[in-house]
Amino acid sequence: MGSRASTLLREEEIEEIKKETGFSHSQITRLYSRFTSLDKGENGTLSREDFQRIPELAINPLGDRIINAFFPEGLDREDQVNFRGFMRTLAHFRPIEDNEKNKDPTASEPLNSRTNKLLFAFRLYDLDRDDKISRDELLQVLRMMVGVNISDEQLGSIADRTIQEADQNGDNSISFNEFIKVLEKVDVEQKMSIRFLH
Amino acid sequence: FQDFNPFDNLLCILLGISFTVWFTLLLVFIIVPAIFGVSFGIRQLYMKTLLKIFEWATRRIERGAKDKNHPLHKPYSNGDGSNRDLDSASEFEMSDIFYFCRRGVESIMDDEVTKRFSAEELESWNLLTRSNYNFQHISLRLTVLWGLGVVIRYGFLLPLRVTLAFTGVGLLVVLTSIIGFLPNGRTKNFLSEKVHLMCYRICVRALTAIITYHDSENKPKNGGICVANHTSPIDVIILASDGCYAMVGQIHGGLMGVIQKSMVKACPHIWFERSEVKDRHLVAKRLSDHVEDKTKLPILIFPEGTCINNTSVMMFKKGSFEIGSTVYPVAIKYDPRFGDAFWNSSQFGMVSYLLRMMSSWAIVCSVWYLPPMSREEGEDAVQFANRVKAAIARQGGLVDLLWDGGLKRGKVKDTFKEEQQKLYSKMLVGTQEDRSRS
Repeated sequence: MGSRASTLLREEEIEEIKKETGFSHSQITRLYSRFTSLDKGENGTLSREDFQRIPELAINPLGDRIINAFFPEGLDREDQVNFRGFMRTLAHFRPIEDNEKNKDPTASEPLNSRTNKLLFAFRLYDLDRDDKISRDELLQVLRMMVGVNISDEQLGSIADRTIQEADQNGDNSISFNEFIKVLEKVDVEQKMSIRFLH
Repeated sequence: FQDFNPFDNLLCILLGISFTVWFTLLLVFIIVPAIFGVSFGIRQLYMKTLLKIFEWATRRIERGAKDKNHPLHKPYSNGDGSNRDLDSASEFEMSDIFYFCRRGVESIMDDEVTKRFSAEELESWNLLTRSNYNFQHISLRLTVLWGLGVVIRYGFLLPLRVTLAFTGVGLLVVLTSIIGFLPNGRTKNFLSEKVHLMCYRICVRALTAIITYHDSENKPKNGGICVANHTSPIDVIILASDGCYAMVGQIHGGLMGVIQKSMVKACPHIWFERSEVKDRHLVAKRLSDHVEDKTKLPILIFPEGTCINNTSVMMFKKGSFEIGSTVYPVAIKYDPRFGDAFWNSSQFGMVSYLLRMMSSWAIVCSVWYLPPMSREEGEDAVQFANRVKAAIARQGGLVDLLWDGGLKRGKVKDTFKEEQQKLYSKMLVGTQEDRSRS
């Protein structure tokens, strides 16, 4: 009869995901049916190919970096992400206002806090995951965003200017704290949130 | 064992009588009207009754869900789209990444294209477990109703429809082969028309398809090309039961091949060998030749090239729009409440798809014949194709998408990504030039 959304996801799992990510019951079932529709191999996990099959994601200049964010382990081609991992990553984009309902002082910082949203963006720049953005990494990401339309020199000067403005300890790269400082005036909550109708 | 015989005989007699009765009913109520193109209105009544039952069932489910405090799975409705945050940006900032990032994750959560290749989700339940995400045991009455539905559909409707299907196809093959022996001329065309219409009408009843035709004054004429949006192979039967067309397609083997070969004996259809399909010039030439001959029937083409799930119209391939004859657009919209007609070829083969169709309640659809269109001055084939596509989408209430239906199986072209990159670069470089000038 084929897989049906609610029947394959047990109530206990939904509760656990709810606690961990803060999504509501109906949001979780809906994202689960989205997960299964992307899972062409029907083995309960998504591979990078499954993501690349989404045309709007494939034409996104940073598509590969975003897909990479779902596979925290390594850059192995064989990587698979299960539903929990999928939800954990998507949770970064929950609007912060929604947290008001589940204020629990003992809980750890929610996945969609400002800091965690910034961390997500930081990791998009930090290609080798060494917790700092070097000039080289910045250049590579810039290159992804502009394609062939801007010369190396121009791109280089943009990268230099950016690092100059952000770097405070003089190591010619941007650490996470420096990144936070640069973006302190930006409305991260709004730019990195996706409104999700009930 | 002497008592055995009379009962045995009795059984045989009863079986014989019921068969005869059944076939007579079939003949009188279905086949004869199909031949003459009249209708008793039985199907309309059937449709109205079904709708009332579905509404009741849906209300029951909603009530049951509220009692159990279980939120219902509703079809996905999009939140507000991402605003063009980049409009205000002028120089590169580290926060520019947020724009691409959010767009990317939004498309992961839901995108316009991949959902067109799987069946549409419904708000109400039509007593088919295949189209329901909320089926839990809500009430005894509902389950009984569903069980009754299964019995009716598989026990009564399915055998009836399969018999009709075999009759229809069989008659088509036999009669067109016979007509093939006649010399070309008006009699042959007349008879071929009648035979085709009759057999397609029987097939329509074999699917219990309830079709409403609108604006029949715009029906395609000889020497024209009829284009329509494609949802399933049934589209052909639906259109061909109301008018005569020349079909275009690839020659298949097996039963399909037999049908194709006998059809072409009675009137000229355009069948291609597998190897010829790749040769675009050959295809275009054969189509133009056919269209120039005004005695030949209008060609029926589905420019999307693949089946889409009837919520949208995807990119039209420009080949049929380069030929330069009048185009007669047709919009086909299925009513998903009675049975989803979309053929997901990666999920079902042809036979299992047809069985699913024949065991649904009915196939209800509307066909709109749109006024003919021709290519205008200074318009190229792609623009013409998009204009026709927009007209069809508007009439059928479908979403007009620029994406290629070929994305069902293939990857998207890199040129689209390059366009995105170009847009972003223009924004950055524009400011650099201003800075150097000031």
